[in-house]
Amino acid sequence: MKLVKPYGDTLDDGALQLSFTLPIEWSEAADEAARALVAKMGFTDVAVADGRKIAAGFSFFVVYARTPVAIDVSTIVAPSATRDALDMDAVDELIRRRVGRKIRIAGACIGTDAHTVGIDAILNMKGYKGDYGLERYHEFEVFNLGAQIAVEELVRFAKDRRIDALLVSQVVTQKGSDIANFTALAELLEAEGLRDGIILVAGGPRVTNLLAAELGYDAGFGRGTLPSDVATFIARRMAERVPA
Amino acid sequence: MELRIDSAAVEQARRLAAAIVDPIADFIAGHTTVAVERAVVRLLGIDGIDADGIPLPNRVVDALTDPAGGAARALGAAVAETGRAPRDVALALVAGEPLPDPAATPEAALRAALAPHVTRALAHIDARRAERDALIARLPQAPPPLLYVIVASGNIYEDRTAAVAAAEAGAQIIAVIRSTAQSLLDYVPHGATTEGFGGTYATQENFRIMRAALDAVSERLGRYVMLTNYASGLCMPEIAALAAFERLDMLLNDSMYGILFRDINMQRTFVDQHFSRLINTRAGIIINTGEDNYLTTADAVEQAPAVLASQFINEAFAHRAGMPDAQIGLGDAYEIDPDLEDGFLLQVAQAQLARQCFPAAPLKYMPPTKHMTGDIFKGHLVDAMFNLTSVMTNQTIHLCGMLTEAIHTPFLGDRALALANARYVMGTARHFGDEIGFKPDGIIETRARVVLGEAVALLGRVAERGLMESIAAKTFADVSRLPDGGRGFDGVLAKNATYWNPFEDALRPLAPA
Repeated sequence: MKLVKPYGDTLDDGALQLSFTLPIEWSEAADEAARALVAKMGFTDVAVADGRKIAAGFSFFVVYARTPVAIDVSTIVAPSATRDALDMDAVDELIRRRVGRKIRIAGACIGTDAHTVGIDAILNMKGYKGDYGLERYHEFEVFNLGAQIAVEELVRFAKDRRIDALLVSQVVTQKGSDIANFTALAELLEAEGLRDGIILVAGGPRVTNLLAAELGYDAGFGRGTLPSDVATFIARRMAERVPA
Repeated sequence: MELRIDSAAVEQARRLAAAIVDPIADFIAGHTTVAVERAVVRLLGIDGIDADGIPLPNRVVDALTDPAGGAARALGAAVAETGRAPRDVALALVAGEPLPDPAATPEAALRAALAPHVTRALAHIDARRAERDALIARLPQAPPPLLYVIVASGNIYEDRTAAVAAAEAGAQIIAVIRSTAQSLLDYVPHGATTEGFGGTYATQENFRIMRAALDAVSERLGRYVMLTNYASGLCMPEIAALAAFERLDMLLNDSMYGILFRDINMQRTFVDQHFSRLINTRAGIIINTGEDNYLTTADAVEQAPAVLASQFINEAFAHRAGMPDAQIGLGDAYEIDPDLEDGFLLQVAQAQLARQCFPAAPLKYMPPTKHMTGDIFKGHLVDAMFNLTSVMTNQTIHLCGMLTEAIHTPFLGDRALALANARYVMGTARHFGDEIGFKPDGIIETRARVVLGEAVALLGRVAERGLMESIAAKTFADVSRLPDGGRGFDGVLAKNATYWNPFEDALRPLAPA
């Protein structure tokens, strides 16, 4: 067991910062309301460092406080899909040696999401931060379907082209649209009997591997992911599926 | 501060852009689209929806017996034959009365019948423009860069609250970002809306609600607050018509954005952008072009020449719609990787280069988004550097960067922090750009020259190959689009010999500027 609290300047001081808006006109009473609110959340030593009017009927606060609670980090598990990434040549070599054919990959932003920045960074030849995209890999055949692809269209494509790995990206998270779209895709693949034959990967700035697992995906990749992280995961997972 | 750049190269870029646009202008002159015709229908006073929720402009255009002759002829014939106003003709159509065959009515009669309705539409647009001019004269804006923020809750009433709060916190322009799917709808939704994803639907009623709220806050603050929406996607001309009627002040309106980034057919886009810009020109609406998108989808250092080339092409298309430079808000963005040493210098070079190439244009400067990671503290700093670049280089329209970019659509407090950041930096460095010069042949000046040279070379290649062919060959944004591919191609029509569009006639010919 290892109990941990936020660290301000002393072990276990539990110090942290919060900032938020309240829909009230600023006054000294508003500062006090902010302080009382944070105290009611269970924090102690609450100090309103800054409180001010940002518009008629709205006030903004910066608050420092301490938390009495701690977390046992030895009980926390969040396996990462990004582990010991191989470089492009090693991935290609692994596929040649263990899979023996090109891996067919399709990527898309599903639903109404039009933000292709993430999926493009992973798939486009050019890649991201000097790490080449999957299109550049010799042993991947990549189809980037782009933005606003209906889940039904993607499943049909996966079926027609006998896709091995599906990469879907969601950037817009408003009102849970990302979760709804991810879920709809997983369910449709299941209903079509395609789920077991496909490596299903979720991506996006708010995606975690843990979230992806909960949604029934094989992996999830969040911010900072490099193309080689995804490439390595797909190559290894394909290799596991082929009898040695 | 002034970059020493080759003015002959700037002139050459402008000549090449005009040459690129020439053949497209010929194509535009010979074609119309369902969206252009629906805009004509809307300008003639037809709006509303039928019992199934289908907009009346769509019903009218879908019912045309001779679509290649234009909607105006059919409506003119119906007005001439029945004595009804255009809106009543549309209501009769919905009630089951077909539109008459325009060929049965003498041309002079159908044109004369529609003339008062055309005059009324133009007078309405002119009146809204005069109203804006009077408001700005009475309620002057703070000097540029004009601080622009986005509201995007999905609910127009929440957007209204956010917009008023942002105006009070210093915003001078409010953009209501659209629901992510709207650019692909081949109709304009109707009425006040409270549901949307990543934004709020653009509807005439939503425009009205926001305009009224901003007019009220403008009076209260003693400075005019501008309203912006999106004339992009499959309904560019219709949105322009609605924006002209509801006194929007700016519209996002790019000649190639939909083609490259939304896979909308290029022929459709070229024809639609032209008619929308004719309307915008008349309405005094400032367009904002979308060059920032080149930078968010590819490496910003490499794409700099493509941005400049696209600015020249957007300018050339706008000139073909008779648009004065003062309404051409060419886009750029602060998107270079913050980890790149001297990246700030390259940003200054690009922003100042645009300023000098387009001295009379109200340049639109977009904030960092691509390299915003969720580290709000660093993000706020990067935004501050963006704010400094903007005020140094005299950008006109300044979209404030949000420290929470890449996390969520902005909270009310995020906007206030962004505006406070911009006001601080722009206040403390207001005349900095006037006080300094660039080191001759230094990093900034050299970079600007390289970008200009490469932009001229790129424009030369496009001029030689043709714009449509160049887009097919992945010249822009590394995507290939085919002349007959993409969404909305089936809505492009070659005009026939009888085609008549009284607004096109009234607004401006395509002759080279």
